[in-house]
Amino acid sequence: MATDTTTIYIYRGDASGGEERPYLVEISPGMVILDAIHYIQANDAPDLAVRWNCKAAHCGSCSAEINGHPRLLCKTRLDDYLATDTPVHVRPMKTFPIIRDLVTDVSWNYRMAKRIPPFHPAHPAPFTLDQRDVARIQEFRRCIECFLCQDICHVIRDHDAKDAYMGPRFMAKLAELEMHPMDTENRIPFVRNDAGLGWCNVTHCCSEVCPEGIEITGNAIIPLKERLADQFWDPVRRIFRRSSLTDVGQHEPKDS
Amino acid sequence: MAQSPSREKSQLKPKSETAWWLAPNLTLVVFSLFVLYSAWEVLTHNVGRYQNYLSPYFSPDVGLWLGVPFLPAVLVAWIPLGFRASCYYYRREYYRGFFRDPAACGIHDRSKRYQGETRAPLSWNNLHRFFLYLALVVVVFLWKDAVDGFWYQGHLEVGLGSLILLLDAILLSFYTFSCHAFRHLVGGNIDCFSCQSGGRSRYRWWRTISTLNQRHGLFAWTSMFMVWGTDLYIRLLLSGVIHDVKFF
Ligand code: SF4
Ligand code: SF4
Ligand code: FES
Ligand code: FES
Repeated sequence: MATDTTTIYIYRGDASGGEERPYLVEISPGMVILDAIHYIQANDAPDLAVRWNCKAAHCGSCSAEINGHPRLLCKTRLDDYLATDTPVHVRPMKTFPIIRDLVTDVSWNYRMAKRIPPFHPAHPAPFTLDQRDVARIQEFRRCIECFLCQDICHVIRDHDAKDAYMGPRFMAKLAELEMHPMDTENRIPFVRNDAGLGWCNVTHCCSEVCPEGIEITGNAIIPLKERLADQFWDPVRRIFRRSSLTDVGQHEPKDS
Repeated sequence: MAQSPSREKSQLKPKSETAWWLAPNLTLVVFSLFVLYSAWEVLTHNVGRYQNYLSPYFSPDVGLWLGVPFLPAVLVAWIPLGFRASCYYYRREYYRGFFRDPAACGIHDRSKRYQGETRAPLSWNNLHRFFLYLALVVVVFLWKDAVDGFWYQGHLEVGLGSLILLLDAILLSFYTFSCHAFRHLVGGNIDCFSCQSGGRSRYRWWRTISTLNQRHGLFAWTSMFMVWGTDLYIRLLLSGVIHDVKFF
């Protein structure tokens, strides 16, 4: 029986330059792009650099771009492309400096993470939390730090505004901390001045690429923009900030 | 909690990678036509009422209250137009369609000196909530107009125009109440629902509005076409091109 094969184009190179090279891959059922890359490493190019760990869309290591779209290599099925006769081109994430082949240096993200004002609870753990109060932030905790959202964000990708805007992953992190029922820190001035929320024009690409399906724009960024408006654009709310409409200062669940 | 798309649905499918230019160009053409039509309607007409039907561009009828005979729509149309112009969904659409920042995900931005919403005038979009407050008042009048649409010369009368005005009020209500700023107002600004009195009902409201909010884009488009269609219907009645279909 003849074995089905397909050609996959993979970027080979480093900071000094490179090019896409074609590789012939034997197709097997249920194959994901990472399988195809492993096939190429085993048969054709043992020096092909790729970062991966779990092969289960959990570790966030295998981020790359397939036909210009940020994706997890281990979550992208080859047959989706074969079904539409679309050639597969795999390249490293464009937004981050290349190390080699498909591996990029994402350390900027870790530097940003360190700058975020940490969780500051009203009193030390353990806490009794009401599910209604934490349901919203549990969505953000699904983040696997693959940085695909950072890769697609045009503010960082096209304008290299890494000094001005921390990017969607950290907007989700900031929203998670800000919305935490036990947290007492006001990070909104940081969100505005240091994290650069104003750079985001809510065009939604981060949400579209997130492999965890986190609605970053709608559930993190826009709520942060509204909180920022409360504090910086709304004179009425500024005056009544501590009125019954907000809950600043109250951190003890009353009922269950 | 505010649902997000399921993990399976996330990430663009390969098929959608090919026709990325379609959506921004459609937005560009449709929004341009809508703005041009609105400008023509508001800036060249003194009358927006046909019998018991009032065009949404002229509602509430501030011109009548103040006795302004010329271009009365100018007095009110800035509210719905400002509401839409500062709407988070419309922002996404016009930044993609008109500014091309970006036209579609992964397509290089057109602007060389992109500033996002950090500077005026785009930073004024942060005032969206004030347009919401005004739009909430307008919605009340749209419902009044919808009821008036069924009531002609002291008796109940149902015409095609009555049904159009009713659908207009329904879709504009969905659009207004699914607004992100409204979602924030009803409960998005609360971190601890269980810590406050009335927190439970605020939480229920917030959940309901969050569910509507997921369809905000759909309501944005359908309500826009509905306003357009409602006004056009009344304008054609006023100019005698068509006659209202009366059911009873
Ligand atoms: S919505 Fe904002 S953060 Fe997300 S990709 Fe667009 S500009 Fe970047
Ligand atoms: S938010 Fe989504 S896309 Fe961004 S790093 Fe987390 S999992 Fe990846
Ligand atoms: S290998 Fe872990 S996410 Fe792909
Ligand atoms: S009307 Fe669209 S976000 Fe408010």
